[in-house]
Amino acid sequence: MLELAIKGSKKYYAWVAFLMAVIGIGFLVYLKQLSFGLGITGLSRDVSWGFYIANFTFLVGVAAGGVMVVLPYYLHDYKAFGKITILGEFLAIAALVMCITFVVVDLGQPMRVFNTLLYPSPGSILFWDIVVLQGYLFLNLVIGWNVLEAERNGTHYQAWVKPLIFLSIPWAVSIHTVTAFLYAGLPGRGFWMTAIMAPRFLSSAFAAGPALLILLSLFIRRVTKFDPGREQIQSLAKIVAYAICINVFFFLCEVFTAFYSNIPEHMDHIKYLFAGLHGKGSLVPWMWTSYSLMIISIILLVNPITRKHEGVLAFACVTVFVGTWIDKGLGMISGGFVPNPMHQVTEYAPTIPEILITLGVYGIGALVLTILYKMSVAVKEEVAA
Amino acid sequence: MEDSRRRFLMLAGISAVGLTAKPVLDAFAAEQKQHPTIGLKKAKDALTAKQWGMVIDTRNFHSADDLEPIIEACHKTHNVPSIENEHHEVKWIWEEHFHNAFPGLAQKYQDERTEHAPFLALCNHCENPPCCRVCPTKATFKRESDGIVLMDFHRCIGCRFCMAACPYGSRSFNFRDPRPFIEETNKSFPTRMKGVVEKCNFCAERLAVGKLPACAEASDGAIVFGDLYDPASEVRELLRTNYTIRRKQGLGTEPAVYYIV
Repeated sequence: MLELAIKGSKKYYAWVAFLMAVIGIGFLVYLKQLSFGLGITGLSRDVSWGFYIANFTFLVGVAAGGVMVVLPYYLHDYKAFGKITILGEFLAIAALVMCITFVVVDLGQPMRVFNTLLYPSPGSILFWDIVVLQGYLFLNLVIGWNVLEAERNGTHYQAWVKPLIFLSIPWAVSIHTVTAFLYAGLPGRGFWMTAIMAPRFLSSAFAAGPALLILLSLFIRRVTKFDPGREQIQSLAKIVAYAICINVFFFLCEVFTAFYSNIPEHMDHIKYLFAGLHGKGSLVPWMWTSYSLMIISIILLVNPITRKHEGVLAFACVTVFVGTWIDKGLGMISGGFVPNPMHQVTEYAPTIPEILITLGVYGIGALVLTILYKMSVAVKEEVAA
Repeated sequence: MEDSRRRFLMLAGISAVGLTAKPVLDAFAAEQKQHPTIGLKKAKDALTAKQWGMVIDTRNFHSADDLEPIIEACHKTHNVPSIENEHHEVKWIWEEHFHNAFPGLAQKYQDERTEHAPFLALCNHCENPPCCRVCPTKATFKRESDGIVLMDFHRCIGCRFCMAACPYGSRSFNFRDPRPFIEETNKSFPTRMKGVVEKCNFCAERLAVGKLPACAEASDGAIVFGDLYDPASEVRELLRTNYTIRRKQGLGTEPAVYYIV
C-alpha cells in the first residue's frame, strides 16, 4: 500500500520536502550534540531531564489517546468510529516513533542503547517503558495495516487480528501508566510523589490525543475527498470535553492536598510553577497561560452550542492541545526538579540547539503521519470511488 | 512468488524479535538461579567489610577552608574535572549549608554553630539505593560483598534516571568531555568520557589495596570509615557514644553516612 503515499499533488510534495528540511536541520544539530555532549542543551546537574523527556512524556499521551476511537468501536460497537479507527491507530504510530526518538536523543551514550536489552533490568521502570512502547508500536502497526489492507481489498480483516485489537486497548492504558511510574516512584521528588500521577497523565492524554485527531479530521475533510464525518468529530469532541474537565479536576486535587496539608516539600514545586520561588519563576507566565487555555477550552467544549460549531471546536481543540502541552511539556518535568533535593532553585530553559533537535523529531513524526494518512485517505477514496 | 517473499519477510521479522527476547527471558530466569560465587581474587591487604559506612564529625569543621583539602584529595584522586559552568559541574564530595544538606531537620531558630558551619555532602551508599533500583542496565549497582554503590562507566547509557531517583543530589553527569578540565591526571584511576553519570565510590579502588578513602585520610580524623555491621568497629563505637543524624532518613533509603553535629 505504501505506493499510495508517493502519488501526490505538488503541495503534498512541497510539504514532504519541508518536513525533510526540518528533519535535516535537526539531524545536523544532533550531530553537534553527539560530538560535544548534552552540554549544548539547557540541562544541568539539578534539572537533569528537560525538553526531550517532557516531549516524550507528552507524546506517549498522544499515542495512548488514539485508543479513544478504537475502544468505542470495538468494545461498544459504536459504528460511527469504524470509519476513523485507522486515523487513531496511525496517529499512535507516529507519536510512538517520536517517543522512541526522543528517548534516544536524550541519552548521553546513544550507541549503548542496546545495553538495555543486553542487561535487561526488570526492576527498572524504564525497562518496562521500553517494553510497552515497543509493544504498542508493534500492535498498532500490525492492526492498522491489516485492517486498512482488508478494507482496500473489500474483505474482512483476518480473524487473528481481533485478539490483538482487544489487547491493544488495555495496552494503551499501560503505556501511559508505566510512563507515569517513571516519575511517581522516586523518593524525595515531592511533586511527582502522587498516586494520581498515572490518572493525571491519562486524563491529559485522552484530551490531547482526540483533540489532535479532531484537528486532523477537519484538515483531511478540507483537503481530500474523504470525510471523517460530523458525528464522529462531535463524539470525539465530547470525549475531549470530559477528559479536559477531569484533567483540571485532578490538578485541583493536587493543589488541595499540597496546600491544605501545608507540607512545604509538596507545596514548593507548585509555588515555583505558579508564583515563583526564591525570586525565580520563569515558568509562571507559561503555567498561567496553560491553565487559562484549559479553562477556556472547558467553557467552549462543555457548552453544546459552541461545541457544535466546528470553527469554535477547532479553536477549542487548539487550546486543549497547547494547554496540555505546556502543562506536561514544560511544567510537569522541570517542575519536579525545581527546587532540587537540597531545596535550591536552579532554573531550566531549553536552548536553541535543543529546540531545533526537538523540532527535527517532531518533523520525523509529522512525516510518518503524513505518509500513513496519505495512504489511508487514498484507500478510503479508492474504496468510495 | 509474492506470497513466499512475504512469508519469508514475516518469518525474518519474527525471528528478529525472538533474538532480542532471548536475553530478556534469560534475565528473568536468572532471578531465580543461584549465582555461583564469582571468584575475584582479593589482594592480601585489601580492606573488607559487610557494609562500609562513614561517620563525619562536623564539630571539626568551622569554615570552607577546613573542607577544601578533603574535597581536593577526593577530586584529585578520582580525576574529577573542575568545570566553572555550574550547570555542567561534576562533584563527588562538596560543601552544603545545614539547611540544604538536612532540609527536614533545619530549625526555625538554629544554633549559630550549625547555622554557619560547612557540611560535607557525598553519596550515602544507601542500603536501599533508589538509583540502583531505577537503572535500566545495572550500570549502577550495590556491590553485595561490601555494600558500596558503584558505577560501571562503560555500561552507563547516560539516561540519567539515577539522577532523578537520588534524593541527595549526589550524582553528576558529564555534559561534555571532562578530560580538558582535569589539571593533573591520576593515571591509576580512569577518567570518564562525555555522556555518563558518575559519583563517589567510597574509594573502592583504594580499599582494594588496603588504603582508607582519600577523604578520610585527608580529614585529620574528622571522617571515620569502617564496617557498620561490625559491632566492634570504630564507626560503631562512635555511633554508640555520639548522637548522630543522617540525610533524609525518613525516605527509607538507609544512608551509610552519619553526621555528628
